[in-house]
Amino acid sequence: MTESIAPAAQTPRVYLRIDRLTKKFGAFVALDRVSLEVFEGEFICFLGPSGCGKTTFLRAIAGLDIQTSGSVEQDGLDISALPPAERDFGIVFQSYALFPNLTSERNIAFGLENQKLGKAKITARVAELLELVGLPEQGDKYPAQLSGGQQQRIALARALATSPGLLLLDEPLSALDAKVRGHLRHEMKLLQRRLGVTTVMVTHDQEEALTMADRIVVMNQGVIEQVGTPTEIYREPDTLFVADFIGEMNQVKGRVESETSVSIGDIRLASRPHKLAQGASAVVAIRPEDIIPHGAGARSAGTTETMADTGNTLDMQIENMEFLGSFWRVSLWHPGFGDDRLRADMSINAMRRLSIEEGSSIQVELPADRLWVFASESR
Amino acid sequence: MNQASPIELPAAPLADAPLIKPKTSKDDRIMVGFILMISLYLLITLAFPLYAMLSKSFSTFSFDLTNFEFQVNSGDGWSAAVSADSLNRELGKYTADDLATSSDGRLGVTDFFPDFSFRSPTLYRIRQIQLDSSFLFGSERVADTEWHEYGSNDFRRVVIRPSSSTGLANYRSYFSTPALFRSIENSLLIAAISTIITVSLAFGFAYALNRSTMRFKGIFRLIAMIPILVPSLLPGIALVYLFGNQGMIRGLLFGESIYGPIGIVMGSVFFTFPHALIIITTALGISDARLYEAAIALRASRWKTFWTVTIPSARYGLISAAFVVFNLVITDFGLPKVIGGQYNMLAVDIYKQVIGQQNFEMGAVVSVVLLIPALFAFSIDRFVQKKQVASVSARSVPYEPKPHRQFDWICLGYCSAVAIFIVGLIAVCQYAALIKFWPYNLSLGLSNYNFEVMDGGGWDSYWNSIQLAFYTAIVGTLVVFTGSYMVEKINGFATTRSAFQFLAMMPMAIPGMVLGLAYIFFFNDPANPLNSIYATMGILVICTVTHFYTVSHLTAVTALKQMDREFEAVAASLKQPFHRLFSRVTVPVCLPSILDISIYLFVNAMTTVSAVIFLYSPDTTLASVAVLNMDDAGDVAPAAAMGMMIFYTNVIARLLHLFITRKVVRTTQAWRKL
Repeated sequence: MTESIAPAAQTPRVYLRIDRLTKKFGAFVALDRVSLEVFEGEFICFLGPSGCGKTTFLRAIAGLDIQTSGSVEQDGLDISALPPAERDFGIVFQSYALFPNLTSERNIAFGLENQKLGKAKITARVAELLELVGLPEQGDKYPAQLSGGQQQRIALARALATSPGLLLLDEPLSALDAKVRGHLRHEMKLLQRRLGVTTVMVTHDQEEALTMADRIVVMNQGVIEQVGTPTEIYREPDTLFVADFIGEMNQVKGRVESETSVSIGDIRLASRPHKLAQGASAVVAIRPEDIIPHGAGARSAGTTETMADTGNTLDMQIENMEFLGSFWRVSLWHPGFGDDRLRADMSINAMRRLSIEEGSSIQVELPADRLWVFASESR
Repeated sequence: MNQASPIELPAAPLADAPLIKPKTSKDDRIMVGFILMISLYLLITLAFPLYAMLSKSFSTFSFDLTNFEFQVNSGDGWSAAVSADSLNRELGKYTADDLATSSDGRLGVTDFFPDFSFRSPTLYRIRQIQLDSSFLFGSERVADTEWHEYGSNDFRRVVIRPSSSTGLANYRSYFSTPALFRSIENSLLIAAISTIITVSLAFGFAYALNRSTMRFKGIFRLIAMIPILVPSLLPGIALVYLFGNQGMIRGLLFGESIYGPIGIVMGSVFFTFPHALIIITTALGISDARLYEAAIALRASRWKTFWTVTIPSARYGLISAAFVVFNLVITDFGLPKVIGGQYNMLAVDIYKQVIGQQNFEMGAVVSVVLLIPALFAFSIDRFVQKKQVASVSARSVPYEPKPHRQFDWICLGYCSAVAIFIVGLIAVCQYAALIKFWPYNLSLGLSNYNFEVMDGGGWDSYWNSIQLAFYTAIVGTLVVFTGSYMVEKINGFATTRSAFQFLAMMPMAIPGMVLGLAYIFFFNDPANPLNSIYATMGILVICTVTHFYTVSHLTAVTALKQMDREFEAVAASLKQPFHRLFSRVTVPVCLPSILDISIYLFVNAMTTVSAVIFLYSPDTTLASVAVLNMDDAGDVAPAAAMGMMIFYTNVIARLLHLFITRKVVRTTQAWRKL
């Protein structure tokens, strides 16, 4: 697992250490004792709905809105109270904040100019950066002459010009159209890999986070819900919030039977181990793609099963089918589910093999290791 | 439950970490230093004088008759001591109201002796019981409690001086004098009517300039600025020539008199029009073309787009314009002085009290009354400003109007009508200045320009005015733009910022008359170490910069608000001090606005009357004051001539400004044209 985080280093070095960061705006607590460690060279995404505190978190790390309490340590130095100018970071804002009266070159050179570098060196560095972001011909253009994607890349070049140890990205892609966004997502990730600069990006777009990040920090209401690699976050959500926020997740009302089982209506199902008390009401969750179709079911679905061990296999009725190109999304119902439905994603092959159609019934398996049980009051 | 993460989070339960006290950066310290310096400037030139004035309004003077005793000797020995108070009551001569007076009050003592004759051999004695007042013998001040003996010929030179106390008596006497307090209603009414008319007219004009493709936009822009180039009393003089008792077209008023509300409103609309236009044009000019493209894409009608895009994006400008106009009208003194006739306005009352009656305390009271609507305006403006957000980012697309034949013709017609009104009044003034003696000798000549023979300081006034305008433009622009930048861009220091903003907004609320009067109280106090600048060009410059601070400040703030608020964050992340960003980006981007501020200050320094009317000395007479004084003295044509001199000077300054701006735009604003 560590290899996937920092491929180059055997034991990743902690570059950024955040301890119990709290930010209050008057009585409102925007960040509540948030702790996090970021490894050198890592690409971290803060992901969450708007108002979850992710931008506040980023601005605290930058020193733009210094936290109320808690510490930030960068490269072994405590920078908690330092103003932005005394920290080491480059930043790209959602608006890019390019200086409108300066050409791309002058924008990129802005941070280089009074560092006792010669003119020739600055020119060379600017050319190098323009090359790096793939805009070698756009140096003499003003920001207003560039497309959104080009502006974004100039802003990135400007942020990287001084070779900062930390790159902060505040929703850098959200002002772009989808196609450019997809393209830039890929390019930025490659660039980050190549430069090995520790990067923190704020985004509300889960796809962006899943494709770009080495690790994702899922935030909600001022606290971190979960930290993990994209696969972990997706496959092993810690909380119902994470499960629901990232990807699709079926949620069905149920009741806890034991530490490894749960009941929905009168159906008993084996589940992942959980810590809820027996008899507590719970939310049973499973991703649509984890539901396995086995074959045609009995005519009258769900009449025969009782509390017996069903091997997590149920006969369910197909209420509705949606063709989504590479797969079908099927809405399944069982009398024990009451008003709840299960959405299942089924491959075109499976559909053909099992000759499934609306109104018929189907035997599906809800694998115990893909079946989560969360406390129902948690959201 | 799921420990997949390799990170070991600190063990729960989480205690609060120690509070962080952010370290201030060097930039922050420098910026705070600037803010404090400019705040101090505003305190000394604004807050302290106003405080001095406020306390003056509460200081009352009256003759304390119980404190004086007399003895009389008509040759048969000294009579028993008798107080002036009992003598007065016996005679029933003065009521309590008669005894209230100003700081300069003097009361002759012989009035208490009906049979007094300066030729009689009678001897008189006077003494004070307590040490809290004094009397004068000739010009010699006597402030002890001894008996002083005078022969009858000397006794008539004895006058009682009033004793001072603090209280509401001045206000009581103000509100019990209908002639005075009726001015409140008059002023509010005139200001409200003028505001509605001016803002509507100016919005239409600005809209036509911004959103149509009509011809002659440049000329209209120039013409609309004309009123700003002349003293506010000049339209008054023009209106007198047009609609006065011997006016050219007075029949158009159908018997109504121009001397009064009609004249004041007409003149007010004239002189406030450009002020409103500047603010509204700026508000309309910053709108983003993408919003309009969105509206077109959504098939919104022109009407709907107007109400959902144009008005909301300009609403800050509209409200701001309304309050600027309201204040200009209610605080203006020159215009109602010339054309107000018997219709009393607050600002003129101050002048009458101070210059006419030398009653400084009552002048201070009227000033305080005039301040109240100002505070109201201030709070509204604060409220609106909180809602204002930066509306132009690096990605905004400037709006480019598209031709629309019918709409363009309507705009052209409308703007022409406004232009004719403006040019007409100025033309009348110029005509008046050249006519030898209206309406009897209509031959033309330059005799009215021979200012040396008139009562107003001659041509020296004119050169003094140019000096004042020049210094005001330079000092003012530096102070205003620096101050507004610091206060807009500094991080934290919320208290300092709001204190500064309060100070910067105040001048808009402070009428020129009030400011000038306050300066007398503050700077003319011998105990004030700054007393030496009194009666110099320095105090005129300071007073004028302060007087016109707010609009300049708002212009700068509006320009600064258009800058992406993350520029400073980016510069800090690139380890660049704020002053590099300031000189490389902020000033170049805002240069048109900076030039606007300096020309605004220049022309206003040329035309201002109200603030400086109390402050000029024989060495620093001003052209604008000369216009007023000559008009007052009945030399109306020379007044018009001097007014036109101010106008031509400002035209030249304005053309110079236009030329420089064009050049500047070509070199530093190339990015806007893309």
